[in-house]
Amino acid sequence: MLSSPVATRSRFIDWTAPFAIALVLLLAALVLLPMFRLLMTSLTGDARQLTLEHYRHVFADPAFVKPLLTTLWTSAAVGMLCILAAAPMAWLVSRTDLPGKRLLRTLILASFVTPPFLGAFAWVLLGGPNAGLINQWYYALFGLKPFEATPLINIFSAGGMVFVMALYTFPYVFTFVANSLDVIPSELEEASAILGAPAWRTALDITLPLVVPALLAGFLIAFLQSMTLFGTPAILALPAGIDTMTTKIWSLFQFPPQLGLAAAVSLPLLLITVLLLRAQSGIMGRRGYSVIGGKSTGTRQIRLGAWTIPALGLFAFVLGSSIVLPYGVLIRTAFVKNWSGPVAGNLSLEHWRFVFFEFSQTRLAFENTFLLGIAAATAGTVLVTTVGYLSLRKLVWGHRYLGFLATAPVAIPGIVLAVGLFLSYTQPPFVLYGTLSIIFLAYLTKELPVGYQQIGASLKSVHPELEDASRIFGATRLRALFDITAPLIRNGVIATWIFIFIGSIRELSATILLFTARTKTISVTMFDLRESNDWGPIAVLSITMLLITFAMILLINYFTDRRST
Amino acid sequence: MRWTRWKCGVRTLPVVLLACAIAAPAGGQETTPAMLAAAAKEGKVVWYSSIDVKVAELIAKAFRAEYPNIQIEVERSGSERVFQRINQEYQSGIKNVDVVNSSDASHFIFWKQQKWLAPHTPPDVKRYAAQFKDPEGYYAAWRATLSVMGYNTNLVPAKDAPTGYVDLLDPKWKGKLVKSHPGYSGTSLTGTYAIVNVLGWDYLEKLSKQGVQQLQSTTATPKSIASGERAVMVDGNEYNMFIEIDAKSPVAIIYPKEGTPFVTSPTAIFADAPHPNAARVLQNFLYTAKLQQMAVNEGGTRSLHPDVKDPPGRTPLAQIKILADDPAAMLPLVADIKKRYTALFGN
Repeated sequence: MLSSPVATRSRFIDWTAPFAIALVLLLAALVLLPMFRLLMTSLTGDARQLTLEHYRHVFADPAFVKPLLTTLWTSAAVGMLCILAAAPMAWLVSRTDLPGKRLLRTLILASFVTPPFLGAFAWVLLGGPNAGLINQWYYALFGLKPFEATPLINIFSAGGMVFVMALYTFPYVFTFVANSLDVIPSELEEASAILGAPAWRTALDITLPLVVPALLAGFLIAFLQSMTLFGTPAILALPAGIDTMTTKIWSLFQFPPQLGLAAAVSLPLLLITVLLLRAQSGIMGRRGYSVIGGKSTGTRQIRLGAWTIPALGLFAFVLGSSIVLPYGVLIRTAFVKNWSGPVAGNLSLEHWRFVFFEFSQTRLAFENTFLLGIAAATAGTVLVTTVGYLSLRKLVWGHRYLGFLATAPVAIPGIVLAVGLFLSYTQPPFVLYGTLSIIFLAYLTKELPVGYQQIGASLKSVHPELEDASRIFGATRLRALFDITAPLIRNGVIATWIFIFIGSIRELSATILLFTARTKTISVTMFDLRESNDWGPIAVLSITMLLITFAMILLINYFTDRRST
Repeated sequence: MRWTRWKCGVRTLPVVLLACAIAAPAGGQETTPAMLAAAAKEGKVVWYSSIDVKVAELIAKAFRAEYPNIQIEVERSGSERVFQRINQEYQSGIKNVDVVNSSDASHFIFWKQQKWLAPHTPPDVKRYAAQFKDPEGYYAAWRATLSVMGYNTNLVPAKDAPTGYVDLLDPKWKGKLVKSHPGYSGTSLTGTYAIVNVLGWDYLEKLSKQGVQQLQSTTATPKSIASGERAVMVDGNEYNMFIEIDAKSPVAIIYPKEGTPFVTSPTAIFADAPHPNAARVLQNFLYTAKLQQMAVNEGGTRSLHPDVKDPPGRTPLAQIKILADDPAAMLPLVADIKKRYTALFGN
């Protein structure tokens, strides 16, 4: 192997450059083609002429303007709510002696990975104004009667939708703020404390201004997340006659699909996400405070004393609403005949029997979901690992484009991506509609940024010197990659695979436009069951999906822990 | 086969012979051993249906028991959704559906016009009354139901229950009503058409101001009042109400005094069915007296089979004031009905 390195080098061509160009083209086809078709369709009239007619229609018709306004204000409300809850939570975890932090962080992770539409299903059962269990308890406690008294919660409302969206979005804000607090040294706060300011004063006057960038960025991410959700508004807002942008796009796809309009509604959504993400990266990248960036010398923790109780109360409320109650009600519903009745005399396994032995969709849905998850995770991992390697090592011309293309889909809402894919792959030359391939493309594209970020973290931990050494001995770039870097990032690669897998098996907002009877997934099967109020089978499928997700997360922990040792 | 043979004999022979050869695979109308063998070879039948998912699986189970060699796959959604899915699939060249059942009978007129259906008359259908089957044998009413009103008996005493549609405009029902959507459900669409004929859009406009909870399926609304989430159902399947009543849920049916929309729900075979023989076996099976009686007893539907009897305790059709469906008259109005309805009630 080591004989005559120079000879070896001249005998093999380094395929890196052509390979990189092929990759740029592949990614461009994956990401840009659907967006290009979207743009063209939005500008094309019935007679194939160039027109702004669809946009005129969208912005003049109250049937479109109203959902747009609803989407904007509810998303802003979700952002505000997330900050109000998550900022104090992050401060408490980072700066105080709050007990049980490990458990609390685990539960926050749990709400992070809970598919938002499962939360929405659960909250129908908890917060339905009359039969919802929380309202039933409320009525029983105060001797009230449903319909006569005002319910404690009416989940079928814009407010209810905002609340449930916030429950599964706050972890983003929490993570942003907690990470930011972790890198801000606490010396300034300590100085403030020594000078005699009470803890709340220090928190408001010193800590808060320092985390403002993180708060803003968190707000924008929360806004973006809520704006692009489909399941939650479809489950909670449609029954109240409220439309959002995503449910509107979905309704435009009812046969015959109004593609021009759907494209014209999708593009503003895309534009808003791009602008928000730019704003967000501007805020996070500015780092206007000189204190940030240094290494913390370890933070002194504030003693909460009597404040421990209200602090834990906040966590109990948020995590109770996002995890404990929803999981509880799903388990209860899965094991009783009539979900709104008392448990006594109502216990039954009939929903489990139905889902796993009678329902003829179950097998197909599970097969499709897993096939798609495995395919997207495998292809996605290979793609982001290669792209990550080439772009982070800045090896070739075009590495910038690679990085950009792999991160660009983060700005594309799932349902908008689906509209683009539908437009690209229902007509010749590429007819993929009706096959799993089109859904596979959606998942692959959608998960690229997540995978890229994951693998990037791993790659950065391997110093290029090791490869350089290998190349000095005459190995080609690819050979160095496979022999040196690959073994070192193995666990990171596995974690990336699992991340993409989890993201894929819970996908609803793109799948809802792309599935056909043969290509149903578990998520759209559940959505179908929702339309006929079959809550028992929905609960069974929800629990199954959650169990799979948590099993996968344990696997991630196993592999990422090994990486660090 | 009679119609096809007649056509073969009279019209231009060569073309029609070809058409007949395509339209009539092995066996013909009755389930013959040859058809069964061919069906077993196909191994599978795909049934798109709008019937309640549990009733659909009940029927699938009965089919499996009868024909263990043929797998049956059920794709259930609301009639209008089934219609959209099939049309979208056909437009994209996807031939997946074998047999379809929809509660919007106008779909069958449309599909027949598109020449997407295969003529096939199951033996039992020969005895069905003429108004319940296509004269050319493309489809027949597999089941019927009524789009009824209903209420939760724990929440509304029988003496206070509404007696018809107009009663629902009383302010006391505000925020207590639940309704299904004609953009999703064929039963709801057929019912909406009938209600508009009797009471006009004016009525629906007033109803839309009553804080109506908008669900999708007419299978969902009976479950909603059974759970107590809403007190009164504006429209829902009579068969789901029978199922709830049999399960001792606290609900009661109202046959509105203005009349109750009668909804027939045909089935048909697609000409391009990927499993043409299995499709015919299923289609024949669906109309047998045995299956029809089971669907009536356990699924709560109404049957148009002359041998099938309603179980005791159910109001006989003859005692109900009926608003008959008229699919041919409804067909050109469907898009307009959906649009106007959505403008009033949302999606």
